[in-house]
Amino acid sequence: MNLVPNIFAPVSGHARALYTYSMLVLGITGAIFVVVASLLAYAVVRFRERPGDERVEPPQIYGSDQVEIAWTVIPVLIVIVLALVTTRTIHAVQDAPKPPGAIEVTAIGRQWWWELRYPDLGIVTANELHIPVSDPRNPTPTYLTLLSADVAHSFWVPRLAGKTDLIPNRVNHTWMDPEQPGLYLGQCSEYCGTQHAKMLLRVYVHTREDFAKWVATQKEAPVAEPKAAAGRHVFETTACLNCHAVQGTVGNGRFGPDLTHLMSRETLASGAALNTPENLRTWIRAPERLKPGSLMPAMQLEDRELDDLVAYLVTLR
Amino acid sequence: MSARTAPILPAPASWRLPDRGIVGMVSLIVAETAIFTIFVVAYLYYLGKNLSGPEPRQVLEVPVFISICLWASSATVELAVRALRRGSTRPFGLWWLATIVLAAVFLGGTAREWYHLIYVEGFTIRTNLFGTTFYSLVGLHAFHVMVGLVGLALVQAFAFLGRVGPEHAHRTHVLGLYWHFVDAVWVVVFTVVYVIGR
Amino acid sequence: MTSDSLTLGGAGAADARDGTFLETLHDWVVTVDHKRLGLLYIVYGIVFLAVGGLEATIMRVQLAAANLHVVSPQVFNRMMTMHGTTMVFLVGVPILFGFGNYLVPLMVGARDMAFPRLNALGFWLTAFGGFLLYFSFLGGDGLYGAGSAPDVGWFAYAPLTSTAFSKGHSTDYWTLAILLGGFGTIGTAINIITTVLCLRCPGMTLGKMPLAVWMFFTMSAMTLVVMTPLSAAQIMLCIDRYLGGHFFDTQAGGSAVIWQHFFWMFGHPEVYVLIIPGFAFASEIIPVFSRKAIFGYPAMVAATTGIGFLSMGVWAHHMFTVGMSSHANTFFALITMAVGIPTGIKIFNWLGTMWGGKIRFATPMMFCLGFLFQFLIAGLTGIMLAAVPFDWQLSDSYFVVAHFHYVLLGGLLMTIFAAMYYWFPKATGKMLSQTLGRWHFWLFVIGFHLTFDTMHIPGILGMPRRIYTYEADRGWDVFNLICTVGVAFQALAIVLFLWNVVRSLLWGKDAGNDPWDAWTLEWAVSSPPPHYNFALLPVVRSRRPLWDFKHPEDPDWLYE
Repeated sequence: MNLVPNIFAPVSGHARALYTYSMLVLGITGAIFVVVASLLAYAVVRFRERPGDERVEPPQIYGSDQVEIAWTVIPVLIVIVLALVTTRTIHAVQDAPKPPGAIEVTAIGRQWWWELRYPDLGIVTANELHIPVSDPRNPTPTYLTLLSADVAHSFWVPRLAGKTDLIPNRVNHTWMDPEQPGLYLGQCSEYCGTQHAKMLLRVYVHTREDFAKWVATQKEAPVAEPKAAAGRHVFETTACLNCHAVQGTVGNGRFGPDLTHLMSRETLASGAALNTPENLRTWIRAPERLKPGSLMPAMQLEDRELDDLVAYLVTLR
Repeated sequence: MSARTAPILPAPASWRLPDRGIVGMVSLIVAETAIFTIFVVAYLYYLGKNLSGPEPRQVLEVPVFISICLWASSATVELAVRALRRGSTRPFGLWWLATIVLAAVFLGGTAREWYHLIYVEGFTIRTNLFGTTFYSLVGLHAFHVMVGLVGLALVQAFAFLGRVGPEHAHRTHVLGLYWHFVDAVWVVVFTVVYVIGR
Repeated sequence: MTSDSLTLGGAGAADARDGTFLETLHDWVVTVDHKRLGLLYIVYGIVFLAVGGLEATIMRVQLAAANLHVVSPQVFNRMMTMHGTTMVFLVGVPILFGFGNYLVPLMVGARDMAFPRLNALGFWLTAFGGFLLYFSFLGGDGLYGAGSAPDVGWFAYAPLTSTAFSKGHSTDYWTLAILLGGFGTIGTAINIITTVLCLRCPGMTLGKMPLAVWMFFTMSAMTLVVMTPLSAAQIMLCIDRYLGGHFFDTQAGGSAVIWQHFFWMFGHPEVYVLIIPGFAFASEIIPVFSRKAIFGYPAMVAATTGIGFLSMGVWAHHMFTVGMSSHANTFFALITMAVGIPTGIKIFNWLGTMWGGKIRFATPMMFCLGFLFQFLIAGLTGIMLAAVPFDWQLSDSYFVVAHFHYVLLGGLLMTIFAAMYYWFPKATGKMLSQTLGRWHFWLFVIGFHLTFDTMHIPGILGMPRRIYTYEADRGWDVFNLICTVGVAFQALAIVLFLWNVVRSLLWGKDAGNDPWDAWTLEWAVSSPPPHYNFALLPVVRSRRPLWDFKHPEDPDWLYE
């Protein structure tokens, strides 16, 4: 699967509007480049000094009002055309009305992961955003409210939407109306500290049916499996619950990602590693090895406790 | 070649350029204005955005007397410079001293205001956004008054030693420009902090 | 004609003193001579160019392939911050103010700057600002961990700079160093303005100043009103960090966005403060090597001041993604595109100057031609970034990084090299080698295009800037590798240039007063010029006094 987050391969109405406009701008600037660069190249070749020329100075020309006016007016006209198109596209994308079927998501930037909340559906997850395809005849776009819990971040999924920053003490918005199911990659694009590079974001676009299924599983309370009771005990009696929440346990920390459906996510540590039991174990014991500088502390657990804890965590589907 | 080694053209009949002291001071004032503009913008932007009290109206008194002192000092410095231009060094010294006294009264007034705010009201630069912007803006201005006061005092010291004569009228004028600027800034700060902000 | 040297001052080495090393050092430290201070600025800038280049190299090596671990993320972030801060504040500004210092008094026919001692103060403030910044490498976890060097990025967005998110003293070093350097720069700007307005030689009306002087004047005037907001913002940051203020404290209702506004009110005009002297060099060098007067002098002056004014109204084009209203976005986009008009006029006027001329491909001209093509591209990618909807995708991506390196290397650094080859003979009395100059030019151009043409592509493929590593599945590896390879060529070019300087100082050909057969006043004094510049103050009647002297039958003042 081609995962390259190419801005010129849009798969949403939002990204496509930006793409169409960008192509126009590229066309105009490209044409200017060809004309001016050719003139420069011609002048350099045509008016180079030839052997024998050295003694005579060329005729001195100090300027020409007509020429100055011509090469002022043409750029002015180009700027006016660009300005009109720009105004229209800004308005169309930024002030797009929200249709009734829109899905509401609140994304909260944190050092260095994404907290994702679906207020209408009662879902809390992290780093992997699941949204439905939006059919233009019956649109179900996703409207995001963007907040930050600490420093400035920026939300960017190139194939779905342009950037919008997440800034503390400020509420921003953006929207996406994906056209095809699939996995689309993005990441934080405003420098936010040590692990800015590993604040990755995955957007899973589902068909409507698949999205409904995903919602249903996220709403299920986790089943307490007896064989994981020892691990659950570790979770509930160590520092884990200062930062992490699992529904139905005493853990309701909010500083780190909600772990209620941990195993429904494909990656750990905001995309720094695949979500396998081995990586999970490494992540708990030595987070520095997966994501140096991360705010997850290295948990000083006995081997046994660690095994139990991982065994418990993998039951959180 | 010898015929053309001297490209000395006749100098234009009148070749006068602006005075470097004045141009330099005006440039400095432009730069300072930009600094103050940013602080004033921050003050206005944060008006009413406090998450906790106190608000300006609850703690600020309008400092009428010291403001009049400061603005009056603009007049006295001007009178001093004019006296010096005429060659009267004694009136110059008196007007100049008056300027210093007025400026000192202003600073003393600010010090009293701050003492009251900090020790009686318990209102400091850490209290809230208003505290941060208030002490920064008023403090930045007070700092400029102090710098000006140092300059004025230096001239006064020379005057006591009898070393200031009419030939220094221009230099005192340039220093006076800075002083007028400090007073003009107070017009803005006063309006923003004590009139609009309160 | 060339043997007709005209000397308005400096019979030779009359003022050169032989002294011990300590005496020479003392002379240079206490100097208030604008030429020596200018050279100090330039040498200081070149030293830090090497340091900043080293930091860039470390970053490029780390990014050569996906998921490398050459340096830790902490070290990378410090390199990224120090590279940006160094290149803008310790390389760009000092080198350009150094040229301004050196050239303006000579070009306007003055014996020194208006305030020589303020000039020395300005240099030493700037210099100590730089030393303070680099002092941060000591302490903390030592040199490998890069000490307490700042790691908040060169525009240091709040609230990452608050004591909550930036512990220790790294950010303090950053803010104090910039504050200090800023005061020095403001002092020097006041000096240049006053020199231009008050010390021009008789006959040199504003309309007869060399274009470079107009441009240094515009740059200084802009510095007065744009460097100061930065100083104000740094003072606020100090108040926040040291006194517990709340200017940028989002927990107390402060705004993170207002820092961005204050920073870019400085930051964007700053780009023009840097590039306008580049225009100055091009506007002096292109006419001399095309053997024609500058085309459209009044239009060039108008375009320069026009850029100066417009550039004050474009700062928020760095902030199209912070969620401004659509009206604000539109406004800043339009003003930004409008800057393209005077910039275009300049390119056309340089073209008009070459048109019908006899272009000599000496090293300074080669660099200027490189500048013209590369700056054209830099300007056009600038239009793309001004186009808000395009910018929503490109902002903060590697496309932006490529764009501004195109402006600052492809544009500015090329003209700085041109200026160094052009005025080196004046400052030292020795010619730089043309052969080494050509190697320098071609290696640098090849390296530059390898790195920065390629760098646009990962931006289009979604690579954000300032990441210390990236995942393998994104398709960015190949392009990043090519970018890194290009660095080697550029580094080699710089080494050749430094060798050229050393070699020419020791064994270079003597330059004479006027090696390029040029037309402005600095070429009428000896090389290097005497301490007092002009024994007799010159009197001028046109923009090209030496042209009038060399062509008494057809002087410029008949036509101006």
